[in-house]
Amino acid sequence: METSEPLVARHVLEFPGGYTRSTGPVIGRFLTELRAGRIVGVRTAEGRVLVPPLEYDPATGDPVTDDYVEVGPAGTVTASAWVQEPRPEHPLDRPFAWALIRLDGADTALVHAVDAGDPKELRPGTRVRPVWRERREGGITDIACFRPEVTMIVSPVRPEYRIQAGGALRTFLEGVRRGVFLGGRCPGCAKVYVPFRASCPECGSRIAEQVELPDTGTITTFAINNLPDPRAPEVPFVSAYILLDGADIPMIALVGGVPAHEVRQGMRVRAEWVPESERTLSMANVRWFTPTGEEDAELS
Amino acid sequence: MRDVAIVAFAQTRHTGHDSGLSEPELILPVIEEVKERTGLRRFGFTCSGSCDYLAGAPFSFVSALDALGAWPPISESHVEMDGAWALYEAWVRLQHGDVDTALVYGFGKSSLGDLRSVMTLQLDPYYLAPLGLDQVSFAALQAAAVRADRAELDAIVRRSRAAGRDNPYALDLPDELTDDVGVAPSRASDVAPSRASDIEPLRASDVAPITDGAAAVVLAAGDAVAELCARPAHIRGIAHRIEPHYLGMRDLARSVSAADAARAAGVGKGPVEVAELHTQFAHEEIILRRALELPADTVVNPSGGPLAANPVMAAGLIRIGEAARRIHDGTASRTVGHAAGGPCLQHNLVTVLEA
Repeated sequence: METSEPLVARHVLEFPGGYTRSTGPVIGRFLTELRAGRIVGVRTAEGRVLVPPLEYDPATGDPVTDDYVEVGPAGTVTASAWVQEPRPEHPLDRPFAWALIRLDGADTALVHAVDAGDPKELRPGTRVRPVWRERREGGITDIACFRPEVTMIVSPVRPEYRIQAGGALRTFLEGVRRGVFLGGRCPGCAKVYVPFRASCPECGSRIAEQVELPDTGTITTFAINNLPDPRAPEVPFVSAYILLDGADIPMIALVGGVPAHEVRQGMRVRAEWVPESERTLSMANVRWFTPTGEEDAELS
Repeated sequence: MRDVAIVAFAQTRHTGHDSGLSEPELILPVIEEVKERTGLRRFGFTCSGSCDYLAGAPFSFVSALDALGAWPPISESHVEMDGAWALYEAWVRLQHGDVDTALVYGFGKSSLGDLRSVMTLQLDPYYLAPLGLDQVSFAALQAAAVRADRAELDAIVRRSRAAGRDNPYALDLPDELTDDVGVAPSRASDVAPSRASDIEPLRASDVAPITDGAAAVVLAAGDAVAELCARPAHIRGIAHRIEPHYLGMRDLARSVSAADAARAAGVGKGPVEVAELHTQFAHEEIILRRALELPADTVVNPSGGPLAANPVMAAGLIRIGEAARRIHDGTASRTVGHAAGGPCLQHNLVTVLEA
C-alpha cells in the first residue's frame, strides 16, 4: 500500500543510569570541597588561582601546584546572558541569568546560574553569592545558583492622617461644590488668587474680597505623567497649570479629553464638572479640564 | 611544504527541515558531483567529518561510507569534527608525498534532534554539562562579553540572509528578523521546540538556522593539480589553534586562537578579497573579523555563511569550499576560509587560498 505520510519514529539515545566518570585528584578535590560547602581554586606554578581548578595551567600547560585556596564565596559578574524561558535541563525553572563570575580570590571566572529575578539586577560588576543546595552530592550543581548580594532593602512608609479643610480652603471647596471657582483679590496689590486664600503671599495683606471666576482658562505649562496616580483616571495623564480667566496665578489641575501629546502651552480649556448630584466638598467635582477648541491664547 | 590545491567542491541544496534522506543518501550526490568534475573514481585518501550525536546513532559515519563504494578497501579516516578538520587531515596526509589525491566530505542533519542540547554534550562533564548549559546559552554569554551593538548584529544577519537568498544552496530566509528560525519545522512532535529568543542579549535571528546538508572537496597535489582543475585554489596556508575549553578561563570578547591560526596561515601576507567565516552566531563575525584582522574591503560571507545555511559538521568545510569556488570561477585570486569548533569559538582553523 502506498502512502505519502511521513514515516516518523521517536529515537532516544541513552546510557541508562548515566556514565560513571573518574574525577582525577584536582576536580575531585574541588567537588569534595563543594560538598562540604566550600569553593576552592588551585594555584598554578605562576601563582594564579584557577576556579574551577584544572589539572594543567591553560596558559602554560604546566601541572598546577598542590596549593588549594578557598575563594569567594562572593564574586563579581563579568558577563551575563538572560534566560527568559528556561529549558527543562536548566538549573532554575524561572527566568534567570547565566553568568561568568570571578569569585573573590580567583583569577578566572566560574560559569553558573544567577537567580536575579530581573535582568536589570545584573550587569558586569554585580556582586553575587552562592545559594547552596541543602543536600549536596559533590557536583557543580551543589551550588543551586548564585544570588546578587544585598545592596538595597525596601522600607515601607505609611502613616495615616486625618486632615480637615477649615478656613480659606473650605471657602474654596464650598464654591467648587456649587460649580464655581472662588478666588480672592488682594486689597494691596489687586492680584486675584485662586484657590481663595486668606492673605496675599506677595504683600501680606489680608484678603477678604471673594471673586467668582469662570471655569475657562489657558494652559501655561504642563507635565505628562507616566506613573499611576489614584487621582488620575489613566496613564499617561496630563497635569497642567491653568490660568483661569481673570486670575493672576494659575492653579494645578488634570487635563483630559485630549491625547497627551496634543496638550500645549496656550491651549484654551474649560473645566468638566461631574453631575450636580455627585458633587461633594472636593476638587473631584472637576473631572479635568478639556480643550474648548478656541484659538490658542498668547502667553505673556 | 608540498603544494596542495582544492580542485573540486560540491554541496547539497541545504534544507531547513528533514527531507527523510538517510546520511548516505544525503552524501551520495555531492560525492558523485566531485567525482564527475575531476573524473576520478578512486582517491589516494578519504577523510570525513561528522558527529554521531546529531543522528543519535553510534558510528553513523561508518554507514556513510556506503556512499563511496569502499571496495576494494580504501585508505580512510574520520574526524568527529567539522569536515574542515577532515580537510586538514587530508592536507597533512598529502604532505607524505605517496598519494596525490584526497576526497574530503562533511555532513550533518541537525533537524533530527535538539541541536541546542546536543551541543551541551561537547562540554566538559564536570563543570559545564551538569548545568544544562545549552548552545544558545553559552553563545549568549559570549555575545554579552562582546557587548555588540544591536544594529550591527541585525545588519550582519540581514546581509547574510540577502546573500543566502542569492545562493541556490543556502536557505531562503526573510529580510524581516522574526523569532521563528532555529526551529526545525519537521521536528518530531515529542521533542521540545527550541526557541532562541529567550536568551538575551541574543535574538533568534542571531542564531544560524537548523539545516541539513553535506559537502565534498577534492584535494590534489603534484601533477594531479593541473590535470584535474583549470584554475585550482592552492592552499598557501592552513593552520588551526585551540583555546582552553572552560569559558571562564578565556576572554570571550576576543578569539586568541583564531588570531593565532590566521597568523600561522599567513592571512595578512596579502590582500584578502573574500573571507568565508564559520559564524554560527552574528556576534562571532565581529570577533572573527578582528581576530583575522580583515580589512574593511574584504567581502565577508558572500555565500550567506552559516547564518543562511548551517549544515552542522559540513558548514566549516563549506566555508573553505566557497572560498575555493571564488578562485575556481575566477572572481577572486586570494581568499580565506575559516572553520570553528567547540563552545564560543574554542577551536579555529584558517586557510589561505590563492589562484
